[in-house]
Amino acid sequence: MTKKTNTYSASAEVGSIRQRRTRWERMWLNLKKAPPTAIFGMIVITFYAFVSIFAPLLAPFGEADSQFSAYLGFGDIHLLGTDQIGRDILSRLIYGARNTIGIALITTLVSFAIGMSLGLIAAINRSYIDQLLSRGVDVLMAIPSLIFALMLLSIFGASTISLICIMAVLDSTRVFRLTRAVSMNVVVMDYVEAATLRGEKIGWIMRREILPNILPPLVAEFGLRFCFVFLAIAALSFLGVGIQPPTADWGTMVRETANLIQFAKYDLMRAMVPLIPAACIALLTVSVNFVVDWFLHKTSGIRDEH
Amino acid sequence: MSTDQIGKKGDILLEMKDVVIDGFSDDRWHEIIKKVDLTVKRGEVVGIIGESGAGKSTLGKAAMGFAQPGCRLTSGSIIFNGQELINQPEKEKRKIWGSKIAYVAQSAAASFNPAHRLLDQTTESGIRHGLMSKLEAEADAIDLYKAMQLPEAETIGFRYPHQVSGGQLQRAMTAMAMTSRPELIIFDEPTTALDVTTQVEVLASMRDAVARFNTAAIYITHDLAVVAQMADRIKVLRYGETMEEAETSKMLKNPSHPYTKSLWSVRSIEKKATTSNDKILEIKNVSAAYGKHLNVLHDINISVPRGKTVALVGESGSGKSTIARVITGLLPANQGEVLFNSDPLPNALSGRSTKQLQKIQMIYQSADTAMNPRHTVGEIIGRPLEFYLGLKEKEKEARVIELLEMIELDESFFDRLPSELSGGQKQRICIARALAAEPELIICDEVTSALDQIVQEGILKLLLKLQQDLDITYIFITHDIATVRAISDEIVVMLDGKVVEQGMKDEIFSPPHPDYTELLLSSVPEMDPEWLTNLLKKRGKK
Repeated sequence: MTKKTNTYSASAEVGSIRQRRTRWERMWLNLKKAPPTAIFGMIVITFYAFVSIFAPLLAPFGEADSQFSAYLGFGDIHLLGTDQIGRDILSRLIYGARNTIGIALITTLVSFAIGMSLGLIAAINRSYIDQLLSRGVDVLMAIPSLIFALMLLSIFGASTISLICIMAVLDSTRVFRLTRAVSMNVVVMDYVEAATLRGEKIGWIMRREILPNILPPLVAEFGLRFCFVFLAIAALSFLGVGIQPPTADWGTMVRETANLIQFAKYDLMRAMVPLIPAACIALLTVSVNFVVDWFLHKTSGIRDEH
Repeated sequence: MSTDQIGKKGDILLEMKDVVIDGFSDDRWHEIIKKVDLTVKRGEVVGIIGESGAGKSTLGKAAMGFAQPGCRLTSGSIIFNGQELINQPEKEKRKIWGSKIAYVAQSAAASFNPAHRLLDQTTESGIRHGLMSKLEAEADAIDLYKAMQLPEAETIGFRYPHQVSGGQLQRAMTAMAMTSRPELIIFDEPTTALDVTTQVEVLASMRDAVARFNTAAIYITHDLAVVAQMADRIKVLRYGETMEEAETSKMLKNPSHPYTKSLWSVRSIEKKATTSNDKILEIKNVSAAYGKHLNVLHDINISVPRGKTVALVGESGSGKSTIARVITGLLPANQGEVLFNSDPLPNALSGRSTKQLQKIQMIYQSADTAMNPRHTVGEIIGRPLEFYLGLKEKEKEARVIELLEMIELDESFFDRLPSELSGGQKQRICIARALAAEPELIICDEVTSALDQIVQEGILKLLLKLQQDLDITYIFITHDIATVRAISDEIVVMLDGKVVEQGMKDEIFSPPHPDYTELLLSSVPEMDPEWLTNLLKKRGKK
């Protein structure tokens, strides 16, 4: 390709162009170069996703099946024993994955839909709309979100729908701020001006000109926010205002079996039971963070010195 | 180690032999300098020219034994003053840097620390190398400021970098390089970022300083006419290889290598200026301001004949680009009106119809930021087709390929992203995007100033050809007189937001000129080694 011509021609100028690869090839190349932590994270996340999707097939017993004796230890039939009203803990753990992760995922998606569209509008518009939205967000962020969520949940009642809505709105404030900040840098580019001069509508400029260029930090933020939402829902469930029984979820499971911890002196194995759902929460959080770290590193342009 | 005493003029100061430098990109090492030799004698100025990416700067920095991050000196030898610099520990090289070899960078504004006064930065290297005390260094710096013909030499050192102009800053930087009386100075495109009128002053004072202290210098640039003024010997570099090396006068008279010849022929485009009475655009008594501040445009009157090229010329800050913003409606004029095809255009963008928008297109200076990095070429060119003309799928694709062929590229570019194109190709895609809208008027805002000369020529020829074929009108904003000479029919000279002079190309270029036009025209470097000397003589007489 590096044929040297002495007269200028545009197609001969191609000399230094890098090899073309399809998107899939590039993705595969990146994946092969991922650090072990990221690979670990991805495996765990895939496993969790698999378990949540196929929960009814994988779980040995029903979600609210309480026909067994309470507080059974680890055994052959009940691998992880049973809880205080005789439900199989392993089955509840598997269903719990589905509920907790599912609700956290929906909440994060809703909060991104709200935060991103408002953030983009604020960045493009920059008029009183930007002022109004930004100050509103400041007010929301000034109140500690867990306390705010508790208050709202006690007003609207602790149903799954209101849980999702309340957490999504509270969380969208952070998404709004990030989106607005990164879009600001893109909005001033010539290609956005070119689109404006062409007479494009604001929706097209948002979707096609700006969004693709701010996606990497937002995807990374999505991972982090998902963790926070997930932890917040677990915390709310632990406090009793989150996901309501008999629906299994990990936060509630920790609370229900928490009193087993005091028997650690007599039966260490049994005292570990409340720690199992807690460990599930911790493992997912760590894994998501591993993957997000790697992704951030890749897209932020930080390069290792060679 | 050889002698430390000052050597005689004509002794070899720097000798680089078979230098190979690798650069890291796309996850592997590439050779970017392939076995290049470079010899600099004492008191001699060697010019290195080439396009961007030719390896000029890398070679210049290697002359100090320095490899910038992402590069490594692979093999060869660099002997400075009898001392081998390759494989020398950093600590040893630091003793030479700043004291024996100094470096003057392209952007002085980015190279000065904005938080320190000029004087402190000028004297720093002399003091750090233990060559002189603070008082001596300061007295010396003032002498150097005088030598560089800086105004108010006694007090200018107490200013901060933002308080002096770009040209002054570049001269202060040369003074800084001179403080320790280095034996070799490397100038890396020191005047590229300056206006032509400023460039003359900076070139003159740099040349004086180099001659006065009998310093050897390596002068890196892409501008032939500039290097002709400065260098005793010129080396032409391409793809990291030497194309040709010869004495300046000899090289200018008869370049031997075909590539060098092609560099020489760049300014060869000729166009006969013509005009027409059919005015496509008329700007009448327009004034405009950013925010509520003072006007940046004052009572502008310009008329643009159909199918012709009108060049807007002036230094940076003269209001050229602001006119473009008024015409496109990005900056509504606060007074006056713009007539397009004899109909007044609504002042603000939001008031204009799609038809009006379609007929006026714009091409930007920096093709990098003018194209969305996430869109493929097909999408970039296809969008105006879809938006204005309602073309879909197959039709659209066929038309995009047609446009690609018009700009001398082919359909293999369809799926490429902007990051996979060279500078010239990017600008061509931007031209195609403008053409796609089937406009009557295209505003070209410094479209060639970020490009190499050879690429510039290609783009300008393309624009001329398109004008002939499609009868498009151009408003060409530029500060480069060579470009103006090449393609314009009419010229508008601007200064401080006012029109100084306007008329046909031949009229403007032939005397008598208003003072400012005279200054602007005479400041354009010519391909004659004596040009600067003669110009300074002439100006001195007045």
